Amino acid sequence: MIEVKNLHKAFGEVRAVDGVTFSARDGEITGLLGPNGAGKTTTLRMLYTLMNADSGQVLVDGIDAAADPIAVRRRLGVLPDARGLYKRLTARENIEYFARLHGIETQLMHERREKLVEALEMRDILDRRTEGFSQGQRVKTAIARALVHDPKNVILDEPTNGLDVMATRGLRAFMRNLKAEGRCVLFSSHIMQEVAMLCDRIVVIASGRVVADETPDALRAQTGEANLEDAFVKLIGSEEGLAA
Amino acid sequence: MNAMLTVWWKEVRENLRDKRTVFSALIYGPLIGPVLFVVIMNTLVGHELKKSEGPLKVPVIGAQYAPNLIDALKRQGLVPQPPIANPDKAVRDRDADVVLRIPADFGKAWSKGEPAQVDLIFDASQMGAGTPRQRLEDMLQRYDRQQGALRLLARGLSPGIASPVVVSKRDQSTPQSRAGLAFGFLPYFFVIAVYIGGMYLAIDLTAGERERQSLEPLFANPIARWRILLGKLGAIGAFSLASLILTAVAFSIAGHLMPAEKLGMVFDLGPGFIGDAILLELPLVALFAVLETLVAAFAKSYREAQTYLGYLMIIPILPSILMSFMPVKPAHWMYAIPLLGQQIGVSDLLRGDTVSAGDIGLALVCGFAFAAIIGIVTAFVYRSERLAISA
Repeated sequence: MIEVKNLHKAFGEVRAVDGVTFSARDGEITGLLGPNGAGKTTTLRMLYTLMNADSGQVLVDGIDAAADPIAVRRRLGVLPDARGLYKRLTARENIEYFARLHGIETQLMHERREKLVEALEMRDILDRRTEGFSQGQRVKTAIARALVHDPKNVILDEPTNGLDVMATRGLRAFMRNLKAEGRCVLFSSHIMQEVAMLCDRIVVIASGRVVADETPDALRAQTGEANLEDAFVKLIGSEEGLAA
Repeated sequence: MNAMLTVWWKEVRENLRDKRTVFSALIYGPLIGPVLFVVIMNTLVGHELKKSEGPLKVPVIGAQYAPNLIDALKRQGLVPQPPIANPDKAVRDRDADVVLRIPADFGKAWSKGEPAQVDLIFDASQMGAGTPRQRLEDMLQRYDRQQGALRLLARGLSPGIASPVVVSKRDQSTPQSRAGLAFGFLPYFFVIAVYIGGMYLAIDLTAGERERQSLEPLFANPIARWRILLGKLGAIGAFSLASLILTAVAFSIAGHLMPAEKLGMVFDLGPGFIGDAILLELPLVALFAVLETLVAAFAKSYREAQTYLGYLMIIPILPSILMSFMPVKPAHWMYAIPLLGQQIGVSDLLRGDTVSAGDIGLALVCGFAFAAIIGIVTAFVYRSERLAISA
């Protein structure tokens, strides 16, 4: 369970996040939808405590991120905007490095790794150095690395960015599976079809503010548009930066 | 603790797989000094020996005016060369180290018993010309004293009457201390080995990670950043320490490859030297690790960090340069200043002196204290939001 209350963040004159409030519940997929530069990545970075909010509050399973950032990070699995694998290490070593940083015992680490390798279908690349990996292979490795500590809450920043159709479909199935396991899944995207297809709840962000926080059906009803795409355009006020 | 070790081991393992880092930290850095040292010393010594012991070839102008003088010089090892037209130009162009010119009236002055003049033409600014000039001067003086003594005896006087003061030179240098003089630039190679040993890691672990965007996922782990920093500093220190140990051992081996007996010098670079030198340089391992990391933390890319650290490399050279231009009397307080203490300490060790435990202790305490202060500043910079954001 992730709760965000009236979050603000400015970089100099630019108010990147200007009063964002929403909740992402366990057993649901929550989509953070918005055009490029809307403040999605900055919001997520404050969630996983990479950045400090100017004001507002982040609660993960009821823990205040400002008060105990390490406890919050322990409960989060994060795929940041920056995937950044270690090129001179194999996929396995990349995953095991993060597992050890979480202090996971060797036996448990092997079990978790095997489960993720199966679920993400990455057996063939496991013992290859990540230098020269395709975008899809990199995302798979980064996700496995982020989830090896079995977190209750999962944050994915534009997870399907740059992936081909097959990899995207695989990833969507993986996210539905996370939801079925009762986890709280929060992901950002600027792709409407994807959000509409996956999400139980959609939070639309534009210019650092939340302009809608509804189920897909309610969103259609609220805007009076039968088509989700038209609904989004109406909410955001322009077609700029959105992809179908 | 566990997390720090995890970071440390991952960084060490990853960088051992990088050929460029391994080459510069474990081969280039530690070996450049000793190899240069052996090559330069052997070349230099061979060159000097040839000039100081071989036959002295000097062009002589007007040899016919002083046949007795020339004969006497020949007996001392002079090999007169044919006269040259323009001796001034010849010494400036380094065609000759020194030219002897005997004026036409030499014989006339000699037979009258007046001082007879000879000219030595040389260029004091030419490197390597000093020894031949000195040898020729010594030969001429010996002839001068000998002939003077003979003239006094011929008049029934003791030759001692012409020497009211006799200067007896008592050189207090020992073979080791003379070796130390030749080793003056050697402490610098220790410092540079420590510096280069950790440099590529420092760049890679902060600026490199940032450029490759792996710092953000790393910081998303439930580990305090100062623990991650300590693990990384440990990895930098490990490479830098390895480089230092290799340097000390390589110099110890280089001591055996020196033409020591030809120089009349003794090089005692045994295990005692290795141990003391490593102990003395140890604070620099910590100091450079934090300093290099601090500088790399301000750089946005690998290349930028490399440039900054290139500039920073001038700092370890400073004490060596200062010491060679302004020879100062070593004092105990100097051990409290990082780099300066290492410079005079290692110089002393090379001269065969011992550095007292108190001085080594002072260097260790002050060096590590200084490193700790910079370490705290680095930890502060590591906490900044901007550090993790690569784009």
